[in-house]
Amino acid sequence: MLLVLEQCLNGLQFGLLLFLLAAGLTLIFGIMDLVNLAHGSLYMIGAYFAATFVAWTGNFIAGAVLALGATLLVGMLLEVIAIRPLYGRDHLDHVLGTFGLVLFFNELVRMVWGPAGLRVPLPDWLNTSVPVLPGLAYPTYRIAIIVTALAVAVGLYVLVMRTRLGMLIRAGASNREMAGALGVNIKLLYTLVFGLGAALAGLAGLMQAPILTVQIGMGENILILAFVVIIIGGIGSIRGAFIAAILVGLLDTIGRAFLPDLLRMMMTSRGAATVAPALSSMMIYLVMAIVLVVRPQGLFPVTTK
Amino acid sequence: MTDALLVIDGLTKRFGGVTASDGIDLAVPAGELHAIIGPNGAGKTTLIGELTGEITPDAGRIHFAGHDITALPVHARSRLGLARSFQITSLFNDFTALDNVALAVQAHSGHSFQFWRDARKDAALREPARGTLARVGLAGRENVIVASMSHGEHRQLEIAMALATRPRMLLLDEPMAGMGPEESVRMIALLRELKRDLTILLIEHDMDAVFALADRISVLVYGRVIASGEPAAIRANAEVRKAYLGEQDGQRDGDA
Amino acid sequence: MTAWLTPRNVVVAALLVFLALVPVYSALTANTFLMTLFTRIVILAMAATSLNLILGYGGMVSFGHAVYLGIGGYAIGILAHEGIGSGFIQWPVAIAASALFALGVGALSLRTRGLYFIMITLAFAQLVYYFGVGLDRYGADDGLNIYRRSQFVDPINLSNRTQFYYWCFVLLVASIYLTWRIVNSRFGLVIQGARSNDRRMQAIGFPTYRYRLICFVIAGTMCGLAGALLANHTEFVSPAMMHWTRSGDLIVMVVLGGMASTFGPLIGAVTLLVLEETLPILIKLVATPFAGAAASRAAEYWQIVLGPLFLLVVLFARGGINGLLESMRRD
Repeated sequence: MLLVLEQCLNGLQFGLLLFLLAAGLTLIFGIMDLVNLAHGSLYMIGAYFAATFVAWTGNFIAGAVLALGATLLVGMLLEVIAIRPLYGRDHLDHVLGTFGLVLFFNELVRMVWGPAGLRVPLPDWLNTSVPVLPGLAYPTYRIAIIVTALAVAVGLYVLVMRTRLGMLIRAGASNREMAGALGVNIKLLYTLVFGLGAALAGLAGLMQAPILTVQIGMGENILILAFVVIIIGGIGSIRGAFIAAILVGLLDTIGRAFLPDLLRMMMTSRGAATVAPALSSMMIYLVMAIVLVVRPQGLFPVTTK
Repeated sequence: MTDALLVIDGLTKRFGGVTASDGIDLAVPAGELHAIIGPNGAGKTTLIGELTGEITPDAGRIHFAGHDITALPVHARSRLGLARSFQITSLFNDFTALDNVALAVQAHSGHSFQFWRDARKDAALREPARGTLARVGLAGRENVIVASMSHGEHRQLEIAMALATRPRMLLLDEPMAGMGPEESVRMIALLRELKRDLTILLIEHDMDAVFALADRISVLVYGRVIASGEPAAIRANAEVRKAYLGEQDGQRDGDA
Repeated sequence: MTAWLTPRNVVVAALLVFLALVPVYSALTANTFLMTLFTRIVILAMAATSLNLILGYGGMVSFGHAVYLGIGGYAIGILAHEGIGSGFIQWPVAIAASALFALGVGALSLRTRGLYFIMITLAFAQLVYYFGVGLDRYGADDGLNIYRRSQFVDPINLSNRTQFYYWCFVLLVASIYLTWRIVNSRFGLVIQGARSNDRRMQAIGFPTYRYRLICFVIAGTMCGLAGALLANHTEFVSPAMMHWTRSGDLIVMVVLGGMASTFGPLIGAVTLLVLEETLPILIKLVATPFAGAAASRAAEYWQIVLGPLFLLVVLFARGGINGLLESMRRD
């Protein structure tokens, strides 16, 4: 039972991380109508920056903040230089163009940081566990991730619903031309939104860095999951992204953890050990495929003009 | 009216809080040119959508040539002989005018599961296409890429596309949209000629065209047909004047 | 006659002649590496040609096309592993499996459009990839060795590298020719029309879904055959062949070479793979005298220009290399 709870917490943590990625992705798609395959690259860059800055400053928090800032800058620079020409074009052009950017970032990272993976060590004060429940000690760091991600989620909600910028974002999302006609500086708005998305991706990357190995191509694997999330949740909907991300995070984590046991009850141990990891990875894509066929607009579709 | 080619019966469509089609009843007998007019937001676009099959009505039925087409997909309606032109030009921009019309001919020349022969050398497709282009006044422009053509030519090509499918009835969605006076006169002449062989449902804002061509006119306001009858009667109808004709003076563009 | 002497036609003709003569050159210089490299190029050019059918002409962006390389390849690999070495069984199975899979995936995916279609093809690609990873019996992650190439009757001997190369070359040319015929046929015009303006196609009476589906199946089948060739060539299959990034490579070839053009995929495949092999060496050779160690690094990281180059092609040279060559005609 405690094991299930622990996996649920892991699923929640992973889901929240996915939410950070998905939120940026869905914002950018909803407002700029841009499909950004390079979003995963920003996640990767965030992790690499974290590795560098944490080592450089010797301080985890300082390193993280610097990494976040650096990713934000890279994101905005990217928008101005490479993304702007893509607005208004076919989605195919977006996919192809940003795919080129993925290739670029992978090579860039290889050039600057080398082909080997990096590790980001956790400071002692984070490398502990907290007794969440009697008998269940949960890593402090993962709790920190959950808390931070939730805080960001709340912050996003406040930003989009309660601030002037958020109002502009929503206006831009529901009627691009009108917002432009009203004199909103669309160019600046787009750069800011893209930067926000990049920062969210970078945050997810740097928070994930100590848990996984920081390596080239880490962005692509999680990017696909992020797309699954926004498709299930409904493209353009942050609320949908939140719910779908938690769902996907839980499904993926619990699936990986318990599917082998479940299958072991049904087939030979060796068979289960083989099929289980593949099946649990496949499950998410099966769900996405089903959603796409049955309800392509997602769970919380957003109507835009 | 059992001999009416197109019968619309109680067509209703709601989008959230807006009722775009509010129990529309309409019958168009074969050979008639029936015009639909109405102020912006009256639901004309929705009606065309429902007739062509792009929008599914919430209630009501549509009968065409004796068939109930309410649930029929878009392409099947074309096959039955119901052709449309688009208000906002919708063509194959990277292809020539001839290619465009030949495709429309091809759609109604049996199946297209032929993988080998060059379709651009198929006289059975190219000749009728040439003929249709000539009929709408685009003879000599066959090999021009659509993207390089003028707006007026696009509107002519829209009609050609619909004609090439050898329809029984045309649904024309503001064919005169964006046309200058000279082009409009030519289009009216073309429509007058087409009227002789085809049943036409014409959605238009251009009152000169409407009163010059229509056998009957229906006025659509807030999704309802508030008046339907011969042009003279419509012109004299007080309700219609109040709701629409008055505000149309001098106005030309806009969408439904 | 001179109407045929356009820059593009000259380049393509030269390329084809070159490819036809690779084994001759290889024999004369006793350089087998060249033939190995170009066998791979020819096979991938065939895969790219099949992708062009749905991507370039059909507008269907599939990030799961490399899956068919895997299906074709694994058909060979699994049958060989189980003791069935006859090409007369292996190859039809490879083709049939690819066709069936394409039918299934296409039937579901083609109900979606645009971004959703891209994502669903990605999802299916991942599904198959992870399924392959889970195939313990057939090597799982590590892959499967193929100890004997497909057996046919004498004089067909695929173990003879030169003969094998020419079989691949013939199949490549046949694929290009077949694609060309399909694209200009009634069927092909429907596919192109559906890409250009699907709404219009429906309005004039085409049920575009079924045409797209058949196109998808044809493309998948052609790629499956390329997969069978690839498996014979590398004598090895692994799930990595099917990863969505491999599909990305194919997409790069098609776009770089020139979407919706007859020889674009071939040009793209040759360009990309030749550059991959030769550019580092060239850069090192040329720049070392001047720039020393920096040249070494530059040679190693040349791929970094590929990404931005690709973006530039997408933005400004939509017709790819083929388009650039064609535009030289007007001068």
